[in-house]
Formats: sequence, structure tokens, C-alpha cells
Amino acid sequence: MSIAIPSKFETRTSASSFPALIAAAVLGLAAAAPFLVSRGAVQDLFFILTMLVLAQSWNLLAGYAGLISVGQQVFVGFGAYAMFGAVILFGIDPIVAILIAGFLAALLAIPTAFFTFRLYGPYFAIGTWVVAEVVRLLLAQWKALGGGTGTSLPREAMRDMTGVGLLRDLFGMKAAQAGDALTYWLALILAVATIGFIYRLLRSKQGLGLAAVRDNEQAARAVGVDARRMKAMVYLATAFLTGLAGALIYVQKARISPDAAFSVTDWTAYVIFIVVIGGIGTIEGPIVGVILFFLLQNSLADFGSWYLLMLGLVGILVMIFAPRGLWGAFSDRTGIQLFPVRRLLVGGPLGHALKGGPHG
Amino acid sequence: MSLLQLERVSKRFGALTVADEISFSVGEGEALGIIGPNGAGKSTLFNLITGNVAADSGTIRFGGADVTGAPPMARCLSGMGRTFQIPQPFEKLTVFENLLVAGSFGARRSEADVHERCAEILADTGLLDKANVPAGGLTLLQRKRLELARALATEPRLLLLDEIAGGLTEAECQALVATIRAIHAEGVAVVWIEHVLNALTSVVERLLVLNFGRVIGTGAPADIMDSRAVREIYLGIEI
Repeated sequence: MSIAIPSKFETRTSASSFPALIAAAVLGLAAAAPFLVSRGAVQDLFFILTMLVLAQSWNLLAGYAGLISVGQQVFVGFGAYAMFGAVILFGIDPIVAILIAGFLAALLAIPTAFFTFRLYGPYFAIGTWVVAEVVRLLLAQWKALGGGTGTSLPREAMRDMTGVGLLRDLFGMKAAQAGDALTYWLALILAVATIGFIYRLLRSKQGLGLAAVRDNEQAARAVGVDARRMKAMVYLATAFLTGLAGALIYVQKARISPDAAFSVTDWTAYVIFIVVIGGIGTIEGPIVGVILFFLLQNSLADFGSWYLLMLGLVGILVMIFAPRGLWGAFSDRTGIQLFPVRRLLVGGPLGHALKGGPHG
Repeated sequence: MSLLQLERVSKRFGALTVADEISFSVGEGEALGIIGPNGAGKSTLFNLITGNVAADSGTIRFGGADVTGAPPMARCLSGMGRTFQIPQPFEKLTVFENLLVAGSFGARRSEADVHERCAEILADTGLLDKANVPAGGLTLLQRKRLELARALATEPRLLLLDEIAGGLTEAECQALVATIRAIHAEGVAVVWIEHVLNALTSVVERLLVLNFGRVIGTGAPADIMDSRAVREIYLGIEI
């Protein structure tokens, strides 16, 4: 082989500054939302952001680590119950309780991983669901937190929550309005942090190893990637994020019951729908998916049970005509990507930079 | 001291003995070819060395350490690079990224440290113009080259090749052999299982013949090919 090797190689991903400017503008507007729009709209935005966190987490788990779980509601429900327990039984501030809930959810992931990681593919999926049901049934026995019928957060806890007083004094917000604004900002921070964490992970060496494991686990092990450890770390990290989101959702709802907190429809089926129609294996996909889901939910809400049938139809149509999701189809056609993670070899015989695509 | 050493390694699948007290060793920088008819246990022997199949008895040493119970990942990290008979690329990653994974994990380096070496390997294996193409879109020859390139990126002391010349045209095969010979010339030990004998014998210094899970002969390629037992059993020629 006598190909001249250029002296300088450079790897880069084709990031551009224009989307970064738009992102900054969107973030600025989003941060100011509680002062600009109605309380109902702030609650809608809260819903979108928390679903986005759940969708990004599930996307990391299924789209990158190849762990197709249908039991992520266990971490939503457990996180929510951990937060309720901390507030009601120990009088801890709800904001602090959210963080505790995240760590407890990650802790719960250790024994559940012990059972479910023995299973592969569809068996893993069913296993995670079984674990979620077991935890739901156990928590429904917890009388101090309302047993099977559930309970509410004490009014004083919500009123005295960190930051509520400050918002009241500074902007003259009522307690309920201040609570909504506060949980909304927390959801915004959580969503941005989640996306930032996943983006950083995917651009790191570990992210490359994760993509290799997803593509071919046997080959990944053969080139020295610790596939098992890598999947376990992702499982733990997504449990933490999902637990945080679950606790936050239930601070805002202020009322919990086992059936609602461990709902497979609300916290997993909708989340999978969001990721699949948006585009699995991309960071942009869940963002597109959650917006579409919200629009569909609002426009179809009056149709009763037809709503679920319509969602199913949309899901099927997307799978047939855009199997890589709406963002995947868009990105394939235009080459545009907001979160590039490709490593490109540029310079030398290639002479020019190539456009990167997602690892999906 | 030998780099790879097998001592009385056996493996049975039910009643079938696929590896029957196999013993041999490969020296530092040596190239050994393994031949044998279909069903002789070549692939099982390969998998015993890489750790994909666990030995029932016997010991496997690599670089002086007992690796008999070590998983494939650990064997890679200790310096074994392997190719798969049916190429197993990371299909959604680009060719360059395939090598980056092997280089950064297999050789325990940071990603930035292996960029240059991975690019050089791509040049050496004739894949430089495919660097930014997803590996799923490669042809068979390119996939085989990628197998070789990826194994090299792990910076192996021992390169294990599993029928890498199979299914290639004569010209493609010769180009691949030239690449492997160049790698061997740099001091990398090679264990190569192959049906394409002229490719094999132009690289290896020693041949090992396997039949029904037993080693029935080892020696210089010319001597082995002339031996009566090998001609009868392996080439099916009645003399």
C-alpha cells in the first residue's frame, strides 16, 4: 500500500453556530414564559418538558444502549413516592425531596438491573414491566402514603417550598401560581441538563463505545468494550433522570396514587410513541416527537377513546413511511442536524469535510 | 517464551469431541496457519483461543498469563486482535469510527490519541476513501478489510484471522495477503485459519493440521503439504 499519508488529520463534527443562536433565543423565551403566558400555558409547557426528559431518557436507554424497557414507569412512580415520603414523613422541602428521589430511583435500579439484565430483547422488556408492577403493588401497601387510594401533598409544604416566598414577594405571584412557575423552571433546567448530558456522553469515548455495543455487542466485546458495564451505567443514569422527572411531575400534581404514578400508558407507552415518531437514536427526535404528541393530544382530546386509536394510526403511518422517525426522514433528506455526534476524518486525500449524520 | 500456548485443551458438544487434547504454541512474532477439512474443529479452536467458547479442560496461556477463563474482552485488552469469519462491522458507525472504537477501547487510549494511527491503518488496508462511509454500506472485500483494520487498531501482539480470504477473487486475495504479510513483517504474531491454501502458505512459517478435533501434524508448509496423512485426510487424495 503506497498511499501517501497526510501529515495532519483532524476529526470534527459539523456543528454550526446558527442553530446555537436560535437555541439561546428559544431558551431565553422559555425562561421568561411564566411572565409572558397564562398559568394554563405554563402547565402545558411543564408537561411538554417533563415528557421530553422521559423521552430523552428512554431514547438513551433503547436507542443507544439497545435496552428496550417498557417498565420505566417504575422510576417515575418510585421517584414520585420517594418525594412524597420525604415530604410527608420527614418534612423535607419538596425541592430537596426531588433530588433525594432521583438518587433513590438510581438506587432502585441496582436490584432491578440484577434481575432484568439476565434477560435479552423482548424478555428484558417484559421483565422490566413485571418489576414495575411488583413495585407498584408494594407501594400500594404503604398506608402512611395512602395505600391503594393515594394521598396529597400537604398544603403547607407547597406554600413553604423554597423559592415560592421569594416569587411572591418579588413579583406578587399567588402561592399556586408561584408553585407552577417554580416547577416549570425546574423542568426547563432538567430538560436542558438531560439533553446536555446525553449530547456530551455521545460525543465522548464512552458514547462511541455505546454506539458500538448497540450495533454489534459481540464485536464490541471483541475490541475491548465492556458492554455489560456500559449498559448498566446507562440504565442507572436513566433511572436517575426518570426518577427526578417523576418526582418533579408529582410535586406539580401534588396528588399521587399507585395506579397513576405507575401508569404504563402515561409514562412508557406515550414516551415510546414520542421517541418512535420523532426518531429513535437521535437527540432531535424526542424533541420533535414531544411537540407532535402534545399537539395531537390537544386536538384529539375531544374524541374520547378514538384518541388512542388515532395515536396508534399516526404511529403506524410513521413506521411505514418514515421508519427512522420524522426527524430521521428530515435529516436524511436535508443533512441538517442540531446535535452532530459523528467523527469525521477530514484533510488528506479526502480534501474536504463531509457532512455528519446521526449515529442511528 | 511462547506468546500463545495451549496445553491439552479439550471441548465437547454433547457426545461430539470438537477439540481433543489440543496442544501447541506460537512464538512472539511467529505466523502459524491452521488447516483442516470442514468440521475438523477449526472454528471451535479459534473460539477457544478468543474466549468465545469455554474450554472443558486444559489451559490456555497468553503472554505468560493463564487466560483459560478470561472473557473475550479481557483477551483483547491483553493483546489479542481477532477478525470474524462473517464480518461483524458496527454498521451504523462509519469505517473510521469503527477503528476509533477498537483503538480507544482495545488499546486503552484516549480518542484523540488514536486518530492518527487509525487513519494510517485505513491507508494501509486500502479503506481511506471509505473512512466516512457507514460500515453497513461496504462490499464483502471492504468488510473483510475492515475486520482486519479494526483488529489492527487494537494494537495486538497476536492477530487471529478466521478465514479472511474466503469468498474473495484471486486479485482481491493477493492484495489482502500482501497487507497481512506487511503486518507480520512488523513483528505481529499471526494465527490464521484458512481454506485458501496458497494465500496461507505465502505468509505462515508453520502449518498445523486439524482433523476430528485432533492435531495430526505440524511443520513447515512444504513438508505438511507433502505428507501422506495430510494429503489423504485433508485433500482427499488416495495414494
